[in-house]
Amino acid sequence: MTATAVRVDSAPAAAVKRRRRSLGWLAVVPLLAFTALAFGLPALAMLDGAFTAKDPATGATSYTTGNLTASLQGAYLTALLGSVKLSAVSAALGVLLGLPLAQAVVTSRFRALREAVLTASGVLANFGGVPLAFAFVATLGNAGVLTRHLGLADQGWDLYSFWGLVIVYLYFLIPLMVLTITPALEGLRTQWREAAQNNGATPVQYWRHVALPVLLPSLLGGLVLLFGSAFAAYATAAAMVGSSIPLVTLQIADAISGNVLVGQENVALALSLDMVLVAGLVMAVYLPLQRRSARWLA
Amino acid sequence: MTVTAPDTTATTAATVEFRGLRREFGPTVALDGLDLTVRPGELLALLGPSGCGKTTALRMLAGFEHPDSGEVLIDGEDVTRVPAHRRDAGMVFQSYSLFPHLDALDNVAFGLRMRKVRTSERRARAAELLELVGLADKGGRFPHQLSGGQQQRVALARALALRPRVLLLDEPLSALDAKVRLSLREEIRRLQQDLGITTLFVTHDQEEALSMADRVAVMHAGRLEQCAPPAELYGRPATAFVAEFVGTMSRIPGRLADGGVEVLGQRLPVDGPVPAGPDVDVLVRPEAVGVRTDGDGSARVVATSFLGAAVRVTVRLADGTEVKADLPAHEAGGLGAGTAVTVSLPERPVLVAARTP
Repeated sequence: MTATAVRVDSAPAAAVKRRRRSLGWLAVVPLLAFTALAFGLPALAMLDGAFTAKDPATGATSYTTGNLTASLQGAYLTALLGSVKLSAVSAALGVLLGLPLAQAVVTSRFRALREAVLTASGVLANFGGVPLAFAFVATLGNAGVLTRHLGLADQGWDLYSFWGLVIVYLYFLIPLMVLTITPALEGLRTQWREAAQNNGATPVQYWRHVALPVLLPSLLGGLVLLFGSAFAAYATAAAMVGSSIPLVTLQIADAISGNVLVGQENVALALSLDMVLVAGLVMAVYLPLQRRSARWLA
Repeated sequence: MTVTAPDTTATTAATVEFRGLRREFGPTVALDGLDLTVRPGELLALLGPSGCGKTTALRMLAGFEHPDSGEVLIDGEDVTRVPAHRRDAGMVFQSYSLFPHLDALDNVAFGLRMRKVRTSERRARAAELLELVGLADKGGRFPHQLSGGQQQRVALARALALRPRVLLLDEPLSALDAKVRLSLREEIRRLQQDLGITTLFVTHDQEEALSMADRVAVMHAGRLEQCAPPAELYGRPATAFVAEFVGTMSRIPGRLADGGVEVLGQRLPVDGPVPAGPDVDVLVRPEAVGVRTDGDGSARVVATSFLGAAVRVTVRLADGTEVKADLPAHEAGGLGAGTAVTVSLPERPVLVAARTP
């Protein structure tokens, strides 16, 4: 009986398969719908708002490039560049410091320590915002415990500066890097190190000619992720430095809330658009680099 | 494949010596005083079950492991404390050892690059080596674009690139499928003989060891059991372990008497060491066992399996012992399961071992 059933079914089997494949996309519809609602609509609204001007007297709206021009001038431009600089510096440092830490974790003989560091990284990578700012103010701020105890103020230490902010950002960027790069480090095979040694490579030569080139795609990916994370950060900086360090996210908040001038909402949207463009630019640089460094993976 | 590179190895083949090597990993003893000499230009196979210490011994020669005591000598020179990157031994790993981000040519040229050999020179040399392993046209391929067999050939070329005095092969064929394994096995052997390079080959596959090696060293529990040419190892195993590990052996209960041994109603002289008696097991190869149809015989055929030229017949003796016999196909015709037979041994000295329960 089973045999007959199979024979009967086998003729239209191809058609069934085709139908099944043609219906397969239905499964992603909820995801696409969610993305369109939660990501597409705001993006469109932002795009629209960035090019809209509103007459405060009549309430009439018209399209203009004035917001965008304004967002690339004066204090706004300074803030945008400040954000890019802060993100680039802290992402680069995050990669440089996170890599050796992750390597130490991966090669550690103590399983418990390894697990503990990775779990802590998972928590700390998401530990930003006001609590983080407060923690740093309390320890390294002007009246912070460590500042007093070690007399840091006399040595010119100031938490509310560019480098102060870099250090605070590193607090969550380094763990993020550890989480990102650990799987890649675990993927480095012992045989590669031994084969390199066997071919006369010193440990330094092994890292220079084998490990780093193999890791390069992952390192670039980590760099982009860290840059994005730092670039979009707001609450930490807002709670800590207010407006004393020019950052684009702080400017957007000020413009929306009318902190300095009223009626700047559309400039805020233009600034957001600038951020999207910067992110796009980063990806435009990253993707060809990534493809080149991962040529051997294709 | 052309072999026209007599300059691929160092001018003279090297002697390798292990002296009293001992190594413990926690509670397990990997090497328990290994003494072994590899003669210049020979291919010596280290054979044994997993965990017998054969890989540890090889890795000590490569410099990846260090002995707790004992020494490793190459041409009489103690290299025990020499770091791995300064040892003069090219190694082929089990698998996946090619650098994934370099193409085949750059993989082979890697060692030369570490030695700061000029680009044109090292590329020429790498191309020459790829030709030697029959992959002249695959230089631009990345490892993932090569088959397992091709990857191991590239690894072999890479191991030879620095003209090492010793070639180390760590189960290089174990990850390959049967057909590729056979062809690569012959190729490695031919290359090794053409180059005349002293070679250590670790394997757990006895067929591989017996077919390729000049001499086979059988290891067991961190010790050397026997080191001999394949024919001697098979024909005159020095210990019961070797006898049973290499090839198939049946144990038939016997009884020591008057300097000989009584087995299957025959009295045969004993070969090799005689264990404490009087009850012993006689060790016999299947091809030495005779089986004859005999209506009065107390033994019964249990199973037969066709092996091509021969048929392996499993016979149960009256006391329950099972004996394996290989018979020419035409003789085994009437031996179905349940046939009554008589089992006999040739009038030759036999190997005996202490009775196992």
